[in-house]
Amino acid sequence: MSTSAAAKPFWNPYLSGVLLGIVLFGAFALTHSGLGASGAISRMQIAATSVVAPSHVDRVGYFAAIGGGDRKALDHTSVVMLLGTFAGGLASSIRHRRAKVEVCRGPRLSPRARLAFALIGGVIMGYGARFARGCTSGQALSGGAVLSAGSWVFMFSIFASAYALAWFVRKLWN
Amino acid sequence: MLPFDLASFGKLGSYLGFFGIGVAFGSVLEVAGFGDARKLAAQFYLRDMTVLKVMFTGILTACLLLFGSSALGLLDVSQLFVNPTYLWPGIVGGLVMGVGFVIGGYCPGTSVVSAASLKLDGLTFVLGTLIGAGVFGESVSSFKEFWGSSHTERLFLSDWFGWSTGATVFGVTVLALVFFYAAERFEQRFGTASGKVTWFPTNRVYVAGAAVALGMALSVWGIGQPSPEAKWRNVSAKYQPMLDARDVFVEPLEVAKTWADASVKLVTLDLRPKEAYAAGHLASARNVTYARLAEKGFVEDLVALPPQGVVVLVSEDEDEAVQAWKRLKVQGVTNLYILDHGMQRWREVFSDAPHPKIEMLMKLPKDAFKPKIKLKTTARAAGVCG
Repeated sequence: MSTSAAAKPFWNPYLSGVLLGIVLFGAFALTHSGLGASGAISRMQIAATSVVAPSHVDRVGYFAAIGGGDRKALDHTSVVMLLGTFAGGLASSIRHRRAKVEVCRGPRLSPRARLAFALIGGVIMGYGARFARGCTSGQALSGGAVLSAGSWVFMFSIFASAYALAWFVRKLWN
Repeated sequence: MLPFDLASFGKLGSYLGFFGIGVAFGSVLEVAGFGDARKLAAQFYLRDMTVLKVMFTGILTACLLLFGSSALGLLDVSQLFVNPTYLWPGIVGGLVMGVGFVIGGYCPGTSVVSAASLKLDGLTFVLGTLIGAGVFGESVSSFKEFWGSSHTERLFLSDWFGWSTGATVFGVTVLALVFFYAAERFEQRFGTASGKVTWFPTNRVYVAGAAVALGMALSVWGIGQPSPEAKWRNVSAKYQPMLDARDVFVEPLEVAKTWADASVKLVTLDLRPKEAYAAGHLASARNVTYARLAEKGFVEDLVALPPQGVVVLVSEDEDEAVQAWKRLKVQGVTNLYILDHGMQRWREVFSDAPHPKIEMLMKLPKDAFKPKIKLKTTARAAGVCG
């Protein structure tokens, strides 16, 4: 991998968007449902928990429905799709010379602080995505394209709170 | 007729298909720049509106393709998974996610792509989402009621606004174009577009793109979504054999037995005129007109039945029930059956008694009837984000 060469530029956003739309349409046309990520993340979490504490997974109803007893949390199409998403991201980042061990951070943040905020943000996001029954991909994109009312309201909720909070956390990014 | 069912390729084939879709998804997110938190977060400071542009272009493209192919009779929207609406839990969850987005710089899908391109903050974020999902699972039982509240299984924007599907598609197109215009203006004003992008088309290309989108939306609106009768013509090849083989005609004894079965939710719809219904009907039956079977609110309840829900259609002989079966089938009602030879046969079997006694049913020999009802969960209930 020649990381010495400069990373290639990103694609025009409208072009990427049209491609994303075609992939999303393809997902609906081939599988009945759209794209997703957070359902699989939840399954990974349940699988990890069941390695450490299988009886706990059986006890908590929300987990048991997915990974309790002899149910295999990871044996699901959403997990396969997430593995594909990872593979696609990896292949594309290598191809465009962006696969590089680094920490993406705002100019004023130390790498360690950035990782701490990434973790906190991740926890909040993981919690919210389960609360909303889907993430930006599964709810906003997929539900948005089939014109589900709840998905549109959800999408505007994300943007509303992110914009409302942006000014207060501007030091993270500016 | 789409959607195609990958599951028909067996487990391995289906998994390969899902993997391929994932690869395409991950690649597109990566080339758009979604693997870099700085680019994503810049959205919230109006410096780089890539997130909005990519998301809305993606939604608009998929929406036009989906409802366009539906208008042309190539795709059956009733078979698609539509995220159920839980209005208030969705709003709360969205607000929480916005906080996580601006603090952490990713959403779940983009953090996976970021981790894949070896960004340590992306990887950390993914670990965070695992923890967050776990915390949610531990805590959900304490607010279960709220989490299940304000629920409508399939609520389209068009139902909400009382618009036609085509008009809604057109409205969404106009909204997206307004957003794109605003995004460009914001970037001109506040932009320090982080990093170069390939291909800077001229304004003329953008205007042409907008015109294509509007043209497609107008066509979708103009053609309209197919009526139940038109849809039947498109899918009859798939469903007519079920009628021809009489797979969906249920004998009176089985209907009575199903009615007595506490584990099955039986909905019996009696299509005869009011007077005939009043003169005698099945204990489980509700009287409905044929016209109601095209009403959205009415059909939605049938579509939203749990997997152990069974709908049986009743008419004097069979003809009306068969028409009703076609009308409901194309709207996505599963586990849909017809009372074999209608009320005529029912009266032959049970004379005039609307309630055959359960004790009597229990005494029936096992081969008294050929069971037809098979509970089938809907394929479209298998959303990947569940």
